[in-house]
Amino acid sequence: MIGGILRSAKVRFGLALFGFFVLVAVVGPWVTGSLWGVSATAIDYHHLHAAPSALHPFGTTGTGQDVLAQLVVGARGSVAVGLSSGILATVLAALVGVTAGFLGGRADQVLTVLTNLFITMPSFAVILIVAGYVQGASWLVIAFLIGIFEWPGGARYLRAQTLMLRNHDSTVAARMLGENRRRLIVAEVMPHLTGIISAMFLRAVVAGIFAEAALDFLGIGSADTISWGTMISVAQDQNAIVRGYWWWFAPPGLCIALIGTATALVNFGLDEITNPRLRTANPAAVRRFERAARRRARTVREVAA
Amino acid sequence: MSEALVTAGTAPGGARTGGRVTRRLVAGRLRYLLRRLGFYLFTGWAAITMNFVLPRFMPGDPGDALLRGMQRQTGQVPTPEQIAAVRTFYGDPTHNLLAQYGRYWWDLAHLRLGTSLSQYPTPVSHLVGDALPWTMVLVGATTLLAWVLGTLLGAYMGWKPGNRFDSVFAPVTTFVHAIPPFWLSLLALYVFGFVLGWFPLSGGYDPSVPFRLNNVWFLLSVLKYGALPAMTLIFIGFNGWLFSMRNVMVTTVSEDYVQLARAKGLSPTRVLLKYAARNALLPNVTGLALAIGGVIGGVLLTEIVFTYPGMGYLLFQALQQHDFPVMQAIFLLITLTALAANFIADSLYALLDPRTKERG
Amino acid sequence: MSTTAQSTAPTGRRGRTLGPVLLDVRGLSVDYLTTHGPVRACADVSLTLRRGEILGVAGESGSGKSTLVTALTRLQRPPAVTAAGSVEYRPVEGEPVDLVTLSERRLRRLRWRDLAIVMQSAMDCLNPVMRLGAQFVDVIREHDRSMSTRAAKARTAELLRMVGIPAERAASYPHELSGGMRQRSLIALALACDPALVVMDEPTTAVDVVMQRQILAQLVALQQTLHFAIVFVTHDLSLLLELADRIAVMYAGRIVEIGSAYDIYRSPRHPYTEGLRTAFPPLRAPVRRMTGIPGAPPDLADLPPGCAFAPRCRYATDDCTTAVPALRPVGAQHVACVRTEEADDAR
Repeated sequence: MIGGILRSAKVRFGLALFGFFVLVAVVGPWVTGSLWGVSATAIDYHHLHAAPSALHPFGTTGTGQDVLAQLVVGARGSVAVGLSSGILATVLAALVGVTAGFLGGRADQVLTVLTNLFITMPSFAVILIVAGYVQGASWLVIAFLIGIFEWPGGARYLRAQTLMLRNHDSTVAARMLGENRRRLIVAEVMPHLTGIISAMFLRAVVAGIFAEAALDFLGIGSADTISWGTMISVAQDQNAIVRGYWWWFAPPGLCIALIGTATALVNFGLDEITNPRLRTANPAAVRRFERAARRRARTVREVAA
Repeated sequence: MSEALVTAGTAPGGARTGGRVTRRLVAGRLRYLLRRLGFYLFTGWAAITMNFVLPRFMPGDPGDALLRGMQRQTGQVPTPEQIAAVRTFYGDPTHNLLAQYGRYWWDLAHLRLGTSLSQYPTPVSHLVGDALPWTMVLVGATTLLAWVLGTLLGAYMGWKPGNRFDSVFAPVTTFVHAIPPFWLSLLALYVFGFVLGWFPLSGGYDPSVPFRLNNVWFLLSVLKYGALPAMTLIFIGFNGWLFSMRNVMVTTVSEDYVQLARAKGLSPTRVLLKYAARNALLPNVTGLALAIGGVIGGVLLTEIVFTYPGMGYLLFQALQQHDFPVMQAIFLLITLTALAANFIADSLYALLDPRTKERG
Repeated sequence: MSTTAQSTAPTGRRGRTLGPVLLDVRGLSVDYLTTHGPVRACADVSLTLRRGEILGVAGESGSGKSTLVTALTRLQRPPAVTAAGSVEYRPVEGEPVDLVTLSERRLRRLRWRDLAIVMQSAMDCLNPVMRLGAQFVDVIREHDRSMSTRAAKARTAELLRMVGIPAERAASYPHELSGGMRQRSLIALALACDPALVVMDEPTTAVDVVMQRQILAQLVALQQTLHFAIVFVTHDLSLLLELADRIAVMYAGRIVEIGSAYDIYRSPRHPYTEGLRTAFPPLRAPVRRMTGIPGAPPDLADLPPGCAFAPRCRYATDDCTTAVPALRPVGAQHVACVRTEEADDAR
């Protein structure tokens, strides 16, 4: 299955883009800080809110900090929250979804009501109110809050998938043979779900990055770190728009959009593999054929005339 | 053999079959809706209770911390009314929890949402009442318009997947769909407000015009100030609906019943609307329900960008000034709105899909 | 060779006289334009159909029979395209038309009044959100604008009764009907505009054997009174042996044998037909030892050289792999097999 997924150009491009941002988040701050010698927090008093130049390729903020350095350090902040909330959300989704689907009966009913409850509640509002109470929390708390409200969609989907696998011949056979439950889940059900779960994880990471940025924008995000969200938020606070400092707020948003696109592409590719009807089967070749057919018909008519 | 079959088929059903089937169908849908309603009431109760429980189980005494914070900020000792307002919502360690819970419901039922801490002594309900109409008009109009536009265009794009229109727009939509709404709003404000100067940069109306609903100039200024936020919101929402409708449509047009409709020689418009789009619409209606929560989030952030005097901006101010009663009121409002919207979408679905009771 | 096919006596089974030629398919080829180049799912198919005739098309899945159905009715969707050939349709009045090149607008006028279809999965063929009756009324009124809704409803009731469904069922939604009812209503739907030709793609695979018998009996009865022609596509050769006037056997996108049902039953000439005939037990015959065909159908994107059946054929020789055998008259039928010809020459 993995090989098949990688054959899609969309998936490869999406994964590469995603990988690039993760790489930047991991080694980027070290590169800009130690190799290039630019700090994200150091203030250049001679270049306050300066447009992009050779010295500051992405310009500086209103307080003279290098935007590129902030962007790189911010990648770490955003990706850290995204990854931790993504891991939490995916683990919760797998736990609840697979358990519900596999156990069935009363346990399933209770877990399904719980899942639906979380789906119906506007998660953003809930995160907001809780984050409001614990204002100025560390990034880990924010990630925890996001993760704990980001799982239900995935759980519902995994439950349906598990239900399908549970009734699969091989699983039924193994159950007949008296395999114990945990072994069944681990050996028979989980392997089939890895593809779905990894796609889900990717989506959860990006949802986490989005949510973190939104919370930052509202001024209740992590106070202790630089992230893409805090960059936009600070820019907005200091009226970067009405003063025309586009280089300040445009790059971080673009980064979020790009990483979002990366996931969308991966999901697209996955959908096309799991749902063959979505494949827009070679439209270019069909167009070429139709054009040739029209040309042939015209020649026939001309010859006849 | 065929004659035997004819009599066998007609005998038991008789003339009443059709009516009975229809009645059973209506009853099934009604049961489904009642079950959903019960679920939403339960969810609503859970949300309201969470609103009560959370501040009381936060580590420390948030009410006390809040009162001390207020004192530090204003330099004045909180009045007894202020203390009472804080205690109603944040718990009083000296009171019985169950009695507090009863008191909390009692206040809610009388729409006593407490007093704003930042604009003391304005009741929260007044602040919310002032902000709500702005949001309702903006959100109601834009959400509906975005949904209709996106769904129609998505249906057309998915009708012939891979055609020129589709192959240009599909990747563009993918990208636009991935842009955080609030950042898109910032860009729109920058480009159309700052660079081009076509629209005002902030606010919901011209402050130099008298604030009266029967004043034409005031209404015109509302339109002028609302245009950019509205267009931004339509664009954001529209992309999402376009995206999902297109994908469902691509799957639906290859369904056998659409093929058969084409084979029947029906007009292409009829096949597109009555057969393909009519079915592809169903997931989008469910999507509408599920997206409401997200839509509200996006709208709130957009309002903040445009400094629009609606709920989003009120929330923003409340967060900045630690005005917990206002925050809580808005949270409850968002949750209840989302639940109501969900129920409306469910009803719509039951109306549109005769198989509803089977899905349960 | 199609000239000889046309010259066969125009009488069908059950003593029916067949009318003039209704459909003349010549050299029809259908390609799937994949990213790895075109794959030919239907290759050089030629056949004729007379008015009132039942032509069976038999073959395994992947033999191109369903592709043939969508190409005949021009319902194929990209990436399937008709690469070559013609499908000449001869209406009672007016000039013959080529369905392959006919404009979409003119084709639409032919649809259902002349050319109807019953598709494979009855469950998925009816619009789930429309009442059964409405799906009849819309097509009836589309092709006869002068008919009132009331008259169209009456016609719907009549059609449903024809296939043994109580008229009140028109108010039901498809999901409320049983599988058999759905299948029969699709047949009734196909007859709504009194077509000259009904193409049926595995119309009875989704129902159980008893229901299958009932539906087929009804179909035959209806066909005898209404005299429409049928192209009946199925994987079940024994079913065709009982139903069809003539049978075409397809393998890997080509017709390998075509002849009257009687001849195909009595003396199948192509080794593949022979294999198919023994793979399915005839419904009204003493139990006999069944022998399947070893191996699996070939990948259309990667056909073996020469005769596509050669790798599975127990009579295959080196000659079989040199060229694709053409369809030639052998005995009373047409067969595409090198070896059969030799055997016939030796006779």
